[in-house]
Amino acid sequence: MKTKEILKQSIFTDNSICRQILGICSALAVTNLMMNSLVMGLGVIFTTALSSYTISLIRDYTPRSVRMMVQTLIIASYVIIIDIFLKAFFPDISRSLGPYVGLIITNCIVMGRAEAFAQKNKPFDSLIDGVGSGIGYMLVLLVIAFVRELFGFGSLFGFKILGDWWTPWSIMVMASRAFFVLGLLIWYINYRSLPKQA
Amino acid sequence: MEINSFVIFIAAIFTSNILLTNFLGMCSYLSISKDMEASAGLGMAVFFVLTFTSGLNYLAYHYILVPLNLVYLQYIIFIIVIAAFVQLLELVIERFSPVLYYSLGIFLPLITVNCAIFGISLFMIIRNYTFIQSIAFGAGSGLGWLLAILALAGIRGKVREKMLPKGMNNAAISLIITGIMALAFIGFSGVVIIQ
Repeated sequence: MKTKEILKQSIFTDNSICRQILGICSALAVTNLMMNSLVMGLGVIFTTALSSYTISLIRDYTPRSVRMMVQTLIIASYVIIIDIFLKAFFPDISRSLGPYVGLIITNCIVMGRAEAFAQKNKPFDSLIDGVGSGIGYMLVLLVIAFVRELFGFGSLFGFKILGDWWTPWSIMVMASRAFFVLGLLIWYINYRSLPKQA
Repeated sequence: MEINSFVIFIAAIFTSNILLTNFLGMCSYLSISKDMEASAGLGMAVFFVLTFTSGLNYLAYHYILVPLNLVYLQYIIFIIVIAAFVQLLELVIERFSPVLYYSLGIFLPLITVNCAIFGISLFMIIRNYTFIQSIAFGAGSGLGWLLAILALAGIRGKVREKMLPKGMNNAAISLIITGIMALAFIGFSGVVIIQ
């Protein structure tokens, strides 16, 4: 497969969140602010890309029976790197993301890509596929965060966009709103991709 | 700060429900909730595993990692503890209660990758709970998760899929139902408060 095809497939046609309903947990939890979503998205891109690459490199040497454990350990190592990096350079963001950085390990996207793609493909292709899945994940996160931060705080990336006349919808910041926004988004995407009926 | 363990237990079920306010364990929640029986089985398994792993991870963290100064390895240790416990539990249940094994067995492997289990261990460390508090927190969260998945499975059983707008059947409608459930659970907030 060509690089471009792999990228296009993993970002759009097989988008992990919308098409395969994977990785929902963290997608909902960090999307109250754009900044958090961006950092989380970058973290997931880094993890999926490098863990897919590593898993693909050693795919011929890992016995099938222990492969889940090996994959988890590889993923966990990369997540620890991200966690330490964030704590050292962006302590504020690290605190507001809290345990959700660690939860990248159990993010089904990372594991899903490792199982579905990296097990059977060349290291470089797996790297590209990981990057693509990560970008697809980040795009969805940013869309949800855009809606929630704009209506919930009247700002984007912490900058005020809507003036003082705007009354923040505090419900947008609450947990339940995240479910609605993601539910409607998935509905819209499914609706668009339905085969057109004559 | 000392909070009564019972308060933590109740709060973990209602006011800070692990699924409806912290969004943990969504993947299996969405995919299993079509079927009432399977939901009950998975919910029980989550409750069981959560209660034990929160205690085990507490011990591992405070008696192994902290003295050895290896706190940054917590993710790996937690995952290993959870995976090992689930394997062990599977063996024990198979040996002593075949009936329980057949109703619970297929869900146990799924649990290892359920983010709720792992997330609870992380929350427990961040919030500095004591041993008893951790177990109360784990058990409460497990019950809360069970409650949420049973509620969704019950509601989804009543939804007539054909009446929905096109493209809204599975995940989309489940998320919207969950949103409404989360709104309803806001009603509990203020009864007990933990953070």
